Amino acid sequence: MSALPFATQLLHVLAAGLLLLSFAMLTQRRTRRLVVLLAWQGAVLTASTLLIAATAHLPHLYWSAALTLTVKVGLLPWLLLRLVRRLGVERDSEPLVNVPTLMLVGLALVIFAFGLAQPISALATTVTRQTLGIALAVILLAFLMLIARRTAVTQVIGFLALENGLFFAATSTTYGMPMVIELGIALDVLVGVFVFGIFFFQIREQFDSLDLQHLEALKED
Amino acid sequence: MNPHAYAFVLQLGEAVLAVALAPLLVGWVAQCRAWLQSRSAPPLLQPYRTLRKLFRKDAALATHASPLFRGAPYVVFGTMTLSAAIIPSVTVDLPLAQVADAIALVGLFATARVFIALAAMDIGTPFGTLGARREMMIGFLAEPALLMVLFNAFLLFGSTALPTVVEGTLRAEGFALHPSLAFAGVAFVMVLLAENARIPIDNPATHLELTMIHEAMLLEYSARHLALMEWASWLKLFNYICIGFTLFAPWGIALHGAEPAPLLLALLALVAKLACAGAVLAVIETVSAKLRLFRAPEFLSAAFLLAVLGLLVHLLLGT
Repeated sequence: MSALPFATQLLHVLAAGLLLLSFAMLTQRRTRRLVVLLAWQGAVLTASTLLIAATAHLPHLYWSAALTLTVKVGLLPWLLLRLVRRLGVERDSEPLVNVPTLMLVGLALVIFAFGLAQPISALATTVTRQTLGIALAVILLAFLMLIARRTAVTQVIGFLALENGLFFAATSTTYGMPMVIELGIALDVLVGVFVFGIFFFQIREQFDSLDLQHLEALKED
Repeated sequence: MNPHAYAFVLQLGEAVLAVALAPLLVGWVAQCRAWLQSRSAPPLLQPYRTLRKLFRKDAALATHASPLFRGAPYVVFGTMTLSAAIIPSVTVDLPLAQVADAIALVGLFATARVFIALAAMDIGTPFGTLGARREMMIGFLAEPALLMVLFNAFLLFGSTALPTVVEGTLRAEGFALHPSLAFAGVAFVMVLLAENARIPIDNPATHLELTMIHEAMLLEYSARHLALMEWASWLKLFNYICIGFTLFAPWGIALHGAEPAPLLLALLALVAKLACAGAVLAVIETVSAKLRLFRAPEFLSAAFLLAVLGLLVHLLLGT
């Protein structure tokens, strides 16, 4: 009943999986599981990049997929898990809004993103144009996660999820960015997480907690 | 044979098959669970023995029991049998399956739920009322999620009738992946667990007063009334699993009821699929812990969200 080629269908399934993982991250309470979900998001991203590389015959995307695999599935989750263990923040505090409300807000964001992407994808010519809506939704959901979470570690995970969404948007609309930029971003993210890791210890030393609400009270003393 | 009479026999056969197989399915799930939890398993036919034992006993009724309390088991069992007749689990060539669509089916389930809840409140014991309130809370959260799951399939095949969905999947040319159905599938499993009082929401094997939902409503029932209520709840599980098959795994269902060979094949396929589904259910129940009651809305709103996401993804991607 559908005339779409199999690769495109598979790509749609992967994109849908990415969206599902975003929602799972939005509602996950335990930090350790959050990191595992982030790694899964990276794995789905790698698979979709490989698929696009194979269907569009773009050899540079293979490199990009390999980079995603090493950095987003291997290195970053490993670093984050180590941080979580050393900081002892297994259990995140409750999100600022309760979870069902968060999900409904997320749903509204998805509708917004899909509506926004419709005219853009009508203009695009890539095989992956329809997944732009999902990429936008993933970005907005990561923003929502940044807003709704309190502790520093989950905010960093939200930031990395945001980067995943941007990467997916780039591959789905323009078949990826030039290699130099991609390498630069990967390095930036990696260094960013290192710097954040140092910050975590500083924040904890100062306030005995990783709750970012303490940062708001700086002016008073 | 007269085609009308044949259709009637086929319809009756399917309903009887569902009623007869439902206890076996529950026995199989209990056995799988016992294996997974390294306990010694109860016999496969234990539910039948329970039914026989209960039917032999004399019913004890509370002095305040109204006719509603006595009548509810028959109503509930009747609606569940009727739903089993509507769902095309063996063949799509059923008179009732053509008459009533899946939305009517959801209505039938709601009727059964209302009667169970009313009967539970009828005696006036606190446990019955507690169970009824909890059941209604779960029900009002699960029903929209179930409808959204069904709409996912309806949107793909352009009809609210389950036979059309089955035919659409079986007659589809080539191989088509539907991400929206994957979302709907996950949501459906969540609704199934919640609606049939399975583990993340309710534990069917406990009478611990603080956590029970379904058992709390049946506390006042005994003998044949209890047997019918239990049988109806098993039939409900059977029905839900069969709805899942029609939506997501219709392979094997006979498109024509006229020849015996496809019917036999469909029957074998159904038994095989039920065995798989029962094993999967046991695995889910073993690996997950029971949620606090206050987390149930979260669980079911996640199911609703997944189903709506499926619809949205379908509209965006057009597959």
